[in-house]
Amino acid sequence: MNELLDRYAEVTGMDVINHISQLAAPLKGMKVVHVNSTREGGGVAEVLRKLVPMMDALGLDVKWEVLEGNPLFYQCTKGFHNAIQGFQIDLSEAMLEAYETVNAENAERLRSVLEEADFVFIHDPQPAPFLSFCPNRRGKWVWRCHIDCSRPYRPVWKYLRKWIHSYDASIFSLAQFAQFLPHHQYLIAPSIDPLSEKNIDLPEEEIKGVFEHFGLKPDLPLILQVSRFDRFKDPLGVIDAFRQSRKMVPLQLVLAGGGATDDPEGGKVLDEVREAAEDEEDIHVLLLPPDAHRTINALQRASDIVLQKSIKEGFGLTVTEAMWKGKPVIGGDTGGIRLQVVDHFTGFRVRSPEGAALRIRYLLHNMDKLKEMGSRAKRLVLENFLLTRHLREYLALMIGVLHGLEDRIDMTR
Amino acid sequence: MAEQADNKSPFTQPFNIKDCALVAMATGYKAQNLREFKEGLLRVHESSIYHHFWGRFLEPQFDEPEYSNDFASWVYRRLNEKALAEKLSVIDPTDYEDIDAIRHDLVECIEDVLYENEFVPWTRADEQFHFVRSQIVVLDTGRYMEIPSDLSFAVPEMTIGSIFYHFIDARRRTEDGSDDFSAWLTGWGDVYNDLRLKLMAVDPFFSSLKELRFQVTHVLEEYFGGGNS
Repeated sequence: MNELLDRYAEVTGMDVINHISQLAAPLKGMKVVHVNSTREGGGVAEVLRKLVPMMDALGLDVKWEVLEGNPLFYQCTKGFHNAIQGFQIDLSEAMLEAYETVNAENAERLRSVLEEADFVFIHDPQPAPFLSFCPNRRGKWVWRCHIDCSRPYRPVWKYLRKWIHSYDASIFSLAQFAQFLPHHQYLIAPSIDPLSEKNIDLPEEEIKGVFEHFGLKPDLPLILQVSRFDRFKDPLGVIDAFRQSRKMVPLQLVLAGGGATDDPEGGKVLDEVREAAEDEEDIHVLLLPPDAHRTINALQRASDIVLQKSIKEGFGLTVTEAMWKGKPVIGGDTGGIRLQVVDHFTGFRVRSPEGAALRIRYLLHNMDKLKEMGSRAKRLVLENFLLTRHLREYLALMIGVLHGLEDRIDMTR
Repeated sequence: MAEQADNKSPFTQPFNIKDCALVAMATGYKAQNLREFKEGLLRVHESSIYHHFWGRFLEPQFDEPEYSNDFASWVYRRLNEKALAEKLSVIDPTDYEDIDAIRHDLVECIEDVLYENEFVPWTRADEQFHFVRSQIVVLDTGRYMEIPSDLSFAVPEMTIGSIFYHFIDARRRTEDGSDDFSAWLTGWGDVYNDLRLKLMAVDPFFSSLKELRFQVTHVLEEYFGGGNS
């Protein structure tokens, strides 16, 4: 067996790897291309960084291509991102022109790879028009939406839909994100990689090291939110929740995030967060480089409670990461957080800073409960949200797409 | 008893261990109140009814589900209709000849409540029921069991996909709505009746697939003596 697969078997058990290998058998040798807009930063790049080598290890011929944009293009696609999540964003003709031009140029650059592929997975709206620029494509094309698409801003969605409707299938993270489209809409939750720098076990000294490195107090409970500095992650609401809970319990807060190369709004939100935290000795705002995976890992393991107080959330991989480290999560009652944070079992779902403050206080006063929830959280991730499950569903989808509308595809005949 | 029966039966084929994977799909149907829920049940493809009774086993779930199907769970959690949730939860899909018969009874239960109530129970827009369906891919593992005692070695090694296929999905494929293991044992005459009854007594609707594998393994170990017979 391949060395990479062996390493996953150590975490998940051999039965999981055998299962995936059986599913991959009929797809061996097929050419698969994934396209997204960045290799660093954001959940999509993190998933692809391991999904691609795993598919490769199973005998598929896989490539990961990245679209190259310009500032106006990224401004436009950030607008798409916000509009898909429900904000009323009107995009100028110039932005849309930049979007289409960048797509046409990139599709031209990648044409031979794309048109020869048996499967093309296009991730998110950035490269969505690729399909229209590849008229001689021979394979199946699948659009993968990683964003909370439950209530998209209609004018923007109508614009994007014209690029998406010709795909053979699309994938959404949750049923409530699916939109009316004239093809199969698969539902696949994202996942984390237990072997990545962000999730592997760390030596105790390295975990304790973050206290000294970032000037944190080792004897004070630590609450943490890891996310991009983005309004949908509500970092200001987290600061509010911290202030309210600190009236009753001593604690410290770390807001840690990185910038993604396709997010021009991040700097503005970061300034607002820094301003709100200015006079607080126990709030630490950390802008981390995109490759600070091990640092984030150590911070998550060093924390007592992890917050993800998002107002909108696609899936919330930082929630999954924290749960994998046995931490209870206080999360916004939205999107994929609902699938992971089982209220009162693996954490709490909240709708306000007050709600978050209440649950922080509750958990810090009930350390047994905190540990019990953390251990349940880890088990939930082990059984449902690791990369191996994600890969299994991609492989099943590929077989499904090849067989059209059949409910039951019997490969034993 | 087991040793006596472990002579190969001329009437029984080797048991081909299969595996399966399931991928969920949106149907576009959703419900915010009980009336829309009933309409959805009437309209959705039968694979959606299948998914919400059986397919959910291969979806993320936490520990023991309180209700035996997604419909009952939503009616209780989101509509606060506990009595209806209880009625929906006792619907055992293995008692029905086909999915449409299950659909009929689900709708009947709901219509009774709609008839009795002056108001239609409803929930928030972001807590709607989304009807999901699924595609199931069945695979051949290339492994076989020749005699019943092989079960005690094979089951603990099975993937959760195999457990789902042979112990859950089987209930809509076998004539008597039983699991594949029990159905296979029938071919060995009355010799394995005790074991069949014990396997059929394992209720699959309130455990995760890993827990189910553990329970079935336990039954087999008890019967065959720790898998060493």
